[in-house]
Amino acid sequence: MWNSFLTDERRGLVAEVTSIPAGDDSIHAYVARPDGAGPFPAVVLVHHMPGWDEIYREIGRRLADHGYLVISPDLYCRYGHGTPDDVAAAVRARGGVPDDEVVAICAAARDWLRSQPTNGRVGIMGSCSGGRHAVLAACRTGSFDAVVDLWGGGVVAAPEDATPQRPVAPIELTADLNAPLLGIFGDLDSSPTPAEVDRHEAELARHGKTFEFHRYPDAGHGFFYYHRTAYRPESAMDGWAKVFAFLHTHLASPGS
Amino acid sequence: MCTTISTTVPVTGAAKGGAGWFPVTAAVVGFDHATGSAAEHAVLLDFVDPDHGPGARVAVELDLAAGRALLVALEAVLAAADQVSAGSGGARAV
Repeated sequence: MWNSFLTDERRGLVAEVTSIPAGDDSIHAYVARPDGAGPFPAVVLVHHMPGWDEIYREIGRRLADHGYLVISPDLYCRYGHGTPDDVAAAVRARGGVPDDEVVAICAAARDWLRSQPTNGRVGIMGSCSGGRHAVLAACRTGSFDAVVDLWGGGVVAAPEDATPQRPVAPIELTADLNAPLLGIFGDLDSSPTPAEVDRHEAELARHGKTFEFHRYPDAGHGFFYYHRTAYRPESAMDGWAKVFAFLHTHLASPGS
Repeated sequence: MCTTISTTVPVTGAAKGGAGWFPVTAAVVGFDHATGSAAEHAVLLDFVDPDHGPGARVAVELDLAAGRALLVALEAVLAAADQVSAGSGGARAV
């Protein structure tokens, strides 16, 4: 919970860029974790389409400050280096990173976490395209213990919207989801639209999945981003509280 | 939302970025998340040389009205340029 630490606690955190094995090569990843020996609940943090950027490093540190060992792999690492927006532009021009590559990187990040002092519980979380990727990777790998989808666009998509990079809409894989899912959405978003969120919610219910969706009437896309005009402080703080409660339930203290 | 709307056009030209002029081999036209402008989404114009890495890029973000106005201006200038190239001379777009 926000602002709930005790002023006499000497909590700190460690954050750095590292390299992790991924397939035949290695990629960069931003790692943030609480100071100390652990064990810690862990999260694979999947960055959004605008890139492996500063807001994602801050989100990683925020999660670490709340007790999580976080790894955020650079999905764009193989597409060149530069400022985050330049690299994101290069990736966008290529139609994005193929889904298979994203899933493999998320699995590699999860595997790296297994060599770390975790409590054995690993979640996956992302926003925007990262929300879609979180759902996709959870369904494809079946190896995450909790999933957080922050306004992921394209989870629901028509077959004619498929691209070589994104051949299957994650909603089609709902039957394979084996972890609880938290969804946070803005009613003013145009991707996902409220109707698309409805469809995903209905599909999850039809398959008997464990999930909770929360929708914010005043919010559009990316309303946690305090550096953008989309920021909606009250909804963002409520959404963050939902995220922390969900992660605590399913990663930090499962079964309690 | 991530629109993934993007079209790449091979071009021959030059652009001036922070490090000075560099050859441009492609123009990327998109409509997606804005980075530098306040709007959630923008018409994105990137003039790039992919062979020299992601940093070989001059980026412009426009709202839709500005994008359309630019298109009109481009068409007018190109029409005038065609007239000049055809030898009629003297015609100007503005």
